[in-house]
Amino acid sequence: MDAEIILKVDGTEYQFVADTRTTLLDALRERLGKTSPKKGCDHGQCGACTVLLDGKRANSCLALAAAYDGSEVVTAEGLAENGDLHPMQRAFVEHDGYQCGYCTPGQIVSAVGMLEEAEAGWPSHVTEDLNVEEIILDDGEIRERMSGNLCRCAAYANIVPAIREVSGR
Amino acid sequence: MRPYSYVRAQDVAGAVATLAEAPNAAFLAGGTNLVDLMKLGIETPDILVDVRRLTSERIEDLEDGGLRIGAAVPNSVLAADRKVRTRYPALSQALLAGASGQLRNVATTGGNLLQRTRCVYFYDTTTPCNKREPGSGCSAIEGHNKNHAVLGTSEQCVATHPSDMAVALVALEAFVNVQGPDGERRIPIEELHRLPGDEPQRDTTLEHGELITSVDLPPLAFSSNSKYRKVRERASYAFALVSVAAALDVKDGVVRDVRIALGGVAHKPWRATNAEEALRDEPATRENFRAAADIELEDAQPLRDNAFKVPLVRNVITRTLLELSEER
Repeated sequence: MDAEIILKVDGTEYQFVADTRTTLLDALRERLGKTSPKKGCDHGQCGACTVLLDGKRANSCLALAAAYDGSEVVTAEGLAENGDLHPMQRAFVEHDGYQCGYCTPGQIVSAVGMLEEAEAGWPSHVTEDLNVEEIILDDGEIRERMSGNLCRCAAYANIVPAIREVSGR
Repeated sequence: MRPYSYVRAQDVAGAVATLAEAPNAAFLAGGTNLVDLMKLGIETPDILVDVRRLTSERIEDLEDGGLRIGAAVPNSVLAADRKVRTRYPALSQALLAGASGQLRNVATTGGNLLQRTRCVYFYDTTTPCNKREPGSGCSAIEGHNKNHAVLGTSEQCVATHPSDMAVALVALEAFVNVQGPDGERRIPIEELHRLPGDEPQRDTTLEHGELITSVDLPPLAFSSNSKYRKVRERASYAFALVSVAAALDVKDGVVRDVRIALGGVAHKPWRATNAEEALRDEPATRENFRAAADIELEDAQPLRDNAFKVPLVRNVITRTLLELSEER
């Protein structure tokens, strides 16, 4: 069965027809040529496919494209504006927050989404006082909040400082 | 993935009616578990009825002082809600101890309750599993069963329920509001999930076509003194080996009332009523907490690889109750 789907991706609207089994990740990569979200595990465990879905970070491999008809998606590619890197992208470059780079777009989008969650005062598993007003993103908080993004090269030692630098701005 | 029709119903009644007429149809909400199970060929619905936009995404005060959580409220939003954090901290903590940031943003309250076990044999379609294929046998009983149940098991199934949130909801005595072909009903959450018995393929007492529309938290006076503690093999993003949700009311060193629920030990979130009973009106001491935990664990039947869960549960119950007595 096919479904007609409209998606706004990185500021551009797309209309296409796809099998109802198509995941958002496959729609982005195979149908729309948006290849910055990567297929790692395809089971929601590695985070390489992370996009901002209607403003919130989400695993695009577990989202059915048909179920998100009318939604707005931002990929790592869409974070850059007018050719200027997003501060998070620049921080990953400056801190060498990657080796092979496969998980990097997902890490960057996830980090951007995560900072907004912290900004909104959302606590995490390691937040000592659940009722705290302002979240202080120390390394422990960053690591916990980013645990849905795996890096098989284990570049975590540079990923954490990159995110910390942007969070401090 | 097997082909299916994707349907977006107009309202809850329409979604329920569609399922009632289609024995092999399924509701889709966040999809974080269901889509994965469909990719693996474990769930094979003919029709997917998308209910994500049909139920409430709001958390509302109830007249009795409790809270009503719409079934579509994402796990991340529920965990961060100020009222939940203050009045039902065990629920926030349980949600934050589960999954990843990405998953919590998409997974819903109703869907979290209906997620399926993460037993490795349930996931491996090349092995027998009575839950996946009734009558095929249980590979876990003689297999790798470190993560499996120690309470309420049957010869058919030793799987555990994976939800953290549900454990907290059981300790907080929540109610689940359901709409089905025969109308609405309200289920004490303890009666939502079931033990495997001879029908391990049935995780819950819901009938086909019944849709969870909301979850009610009652105004339990001491729920603000509640806590969720989870033990797992990684510091983050892993299912529980064991977990404890507890709420405690202590005055002058004596337990006035207590609620305890356990995760990672049974086919359902396990309400530790025997331990609760043993503690009422008794001094809030380490010895009594340990003794009460032991009473609850008397009937535990560990498997080859999971005997460690029995002392672990005892220690986690004791530690959690001690912390709740000190914070009072």
